[in-house]
Amino acid sequence: MANQTEKQAIKGGAFLIEDLTCDQVFTPEDFSDEQKMIAKTTEEYVHNSVMPQVPYLEKHEFDRSVKLLQEAGELGLLSADVPEEYGGLNLDKVSSALIAEKMSIAGGFSITHGAHVGIGSLPIVLFGNEEQKQKYLPVLATGEKIAAYALTEPGSGSDALGAKTTAKLNTAGTHYLLNGEKQWITNSAFADVFVVYAKIDGDKFSAFIVEKEFPGVSTGAEEDKMGIKSSSTRTLILQDAEVPKENLLGEAGRGHVIAFNILNIGRYKLGVGAVGSSKRALDISLKYANGRQQFKTPISSFNLMKEKFANMASKIYASESAIYRTVGYFEDRMSQLSAEEQKDGLAVAASIAEYAIECSLGKFFGSEVLDYVVDEGVQIHGGYGFMEEYEIARMYRDSRINRIFEGTNEINRLLVPGTYVRKAFKGELPLFEKAKELQSEVMMLMPEEVGTETLEQEKYLVKNAKKIGLLAAGLAVQKYGKALEKEQEVLANIADIVNNLYAMESVVLRTEKAIAKAGEEKAKQKLLYTQIFCQEAFNQIEADAKETLIAVEEGDTLRMMMSVLRKLTRYTPINVIAKKREAADRLIAAEKYIV
Amino acid sequence: MNIYVLLKRTFDTEEKISVANGQIQEDGAEFIINPYDEYAVEEAIQIRDDKGGEVTVVSVGNEEAEKQLRTALAMGADKAVLINTEDDVENGDQYTTAKILAEFLKDKEADLIIAGNVAIDGGSGQVGPRVADLLGMPYVTTITEIKIEGESVHIVRDVEGDSEKIETKLPLLVTAQQGLNDPRYPSLPGIMKAKKKPLDELELDDLDLDEDEVEAKTETIAVFLPPKKEAGRILEGELSDQVQELVNLLHSEAKVI
Repeated sequence: MANQTEKQAIKGGAFLIEDLTCDQVFTPEDFSDEQKMIAKTTEEYVHNSVMPQVPYLEKHEFDRSVKLLQEAGELGLLSADVPEEYGGLNLDKVSSALIAEKMSIAGGFSITHGAHVGIGSLPIVLFGNEEQKQKYLPVLATGEKIAAYALTEPGSGSDALGAKTTAKLNTAGTHYLLNGEKQWITNSAFADVFVVYAKIDGDKFSAFIVEKEFPGVSTGAEEDKMGIKSSSTRTLILQDAEVPKENLLGEAGRGHVIAFNILNIGRYKLGVGAVGSSKRALDISLKYANGRQQFKTPISSFNLMKEKFANMASKIYASESAIYRTVGYFEDRMSQLSAEEQKDGLAVAASIAEYAIECSLGKFFGSEVLDYVVDEGVQIHGGYGFMEEYEIARMYRDSRINRIFEGTNEINRLLVPGTYVRKAFKGELPLFEKAKELQSEVMMLMPEEVGTETLEQEKYLVKNAKKIGLLAAGLAVQKYGKALEKEQEVLANIADIVNNLYAMESVVLRTEKAIAKAGEEKAKQKLLYTQIFCQEAFNQIEADAKETLIAVEEGDTLRMMMSVLRKLTRYTPINVIAKKREAADRLIAAEKYIV
Repeated sequence: MNIYVLLKRTFDTEEKISVANGQIQEDGAEFIINPYDEYAVEEAIQIRDDKGGEVTVVSVGNEEAEKQLRTALAMGADKAVLINTEDDVENGDQYTTAKILAEFLKDKEADLIIAGNVAIDGGSGQVGPRVADLLGMPYVTTITEIKIEGESVHIVRDVEGDSEKIETKLPLLVTAQQGLNDPRYPSLPGIMKAKKKPLDELELDDLDLDEDEVEAKTETIAVFLPPKKEAGRILEGELSDQVQELVNLLHSEAKVI
């Protein structure tokens, strides 16, 4: 992120209609030495302090979680996002993301950590008033107090605003009395501070800072979960809970502003964590396959194993490239805020909300790559992978929740086209204009000759992927108008196309940047991943687009559009099997994820 | 207390070593502070925190070693010095390193110099003692405990698994053995502070040294990996036949008798 000041921050979602050069994106190769050191400290802390405790944490010995959080606090691992004046370090978003990535290896404990520093502390960081920040942030930054976040209720999950918990000012006007139940609250066994959402007088959705010690606050029994067992999950019970009125967080009736902004952050952090876990699953699977012999041969040398490794690694490369590109966007945008604005939580949150689309993509793509990788990880381990003695079994169970929490992947898919349409109507992105231009352009489309220069084919695929995405989305909007929101399958297809093209472009730009910096020879592995990923993602885009066109159009228009799609998807495929073997051989030799 | 730590950048212990054209391949490898030097840094920081003074970390190497020095600063060292020999020394050895370090240290009035017992790459274990020798300073190797009271120093050193207690005096050079302490990892505030700590870079010229004064005393003939470990073999049959076969194999195959 050199030259931050001169750099124009890129608009959220603009990648669909604009082309970037590789120096406009942040890539993991751009990590500074400090950022790498922060990552390493996190890694060492997880490896040396947390991992030996995991078997106990899995058995709900939560005293250990609290001690581990305090140790993390001493190392500064709880204060990345807390401003300096409240005892924090106020690190850049890349550092904060790296902490989340490295922490993720600890399974359920990373959820404990993430809930504390993220959804637990951030509402106060971003939306607390001066007194609230002074009172809570210094003790949260050290781990002296632990935070939790209470939004979900038995009857309201995805429909967060449908919460039933109520708040009513007492007659003396000193306290709000909160009544209701908040479900599946991470850290609830030991949290001291809960950010709780409730409706004042039954209709004004608002956030409150609720301390465990307040009268009327209690927690239910520990849940027995499928995965992330190392984290505590309970119901938070509020029975005439007495919350001093100064603990109202933000404005009355404006709780949704906090909730939605925090969700954006939770989503990209989840994407980053998924990258970390995916790498870990690949690493342990490579180690296992190199050590395991069948037919007197290490199983890693079988071609079907190689195919798995290459698939896993190229998908990880894609989700890693995409999510750090997104984090780079936040950084660019925040660095343009004035010192004054930096202190204004709403301005900071807006820098992230601008990229709500990218946050949603990172969430569902990251979690699905992780699910794919742990599933193949178990497969590579064979029967041993089914045994809890092996780490991959826990990783497989732990992975599953990621597709559900922080907004289900279905909700996040729907948000992508929904947000686009909103941005288009607000005039933030000239989507309709671009779609119209494209529709006339494609009528005269001539097949292009693609050269053989490095990345030329992949760039061509990205270019056409964008056209396909815009075409499909444009037709859908034209056809259904407002009723489009009922066509959820079409919306999800569009989201998938958009995700694939964002990821494709992210790997192409990252690889291009790496080649520019270190030469093609040193970027060989990146190039292989890029070639593999782009071709396969593009094939998916073609399938999604086809299904969408058939659902949306009919008759002559359909025939015409299908012919356009055929033109846009015409290219000479590469031999991915050969590429995958080559990429896998390097992975097997390194016995870890390498780029 | 004026404490100096001698630090080397080495391959990460997790790295797989590969050799091509008689050279160890460094491409894409991760590098760390030599683990024994990490004990040295930790001990220096602890002694400084207890007795006051200053910890300076010194490394002979190339520009890349700046990262490891920065890590030592992030752990809590006060200053760092990189003696960059990239342009002047092509094939250095322990003598080269020791000579350069001694030249640097001779006017520094160090009370205590701590080095690692051995570097995990070269593995000579010579640099510490050679530096002490060149400085005319007493030294104790492979220490696992050190206590300083005024000028006198109480040391426990590891002697092939046994312990030896030694009393000596400052100034002194010691080399750190595993077990001396549990090195901290740099905290995030430490990392942020390290950015602002001084890291000076010197070259041979700055020490008034000529290239031939530090020329290696040894010559590397060949670099190769240890032979791949083969699976063992279990002999079968009558015990006396097995013994006979074993003796034969030691003669004909292993050629050790």
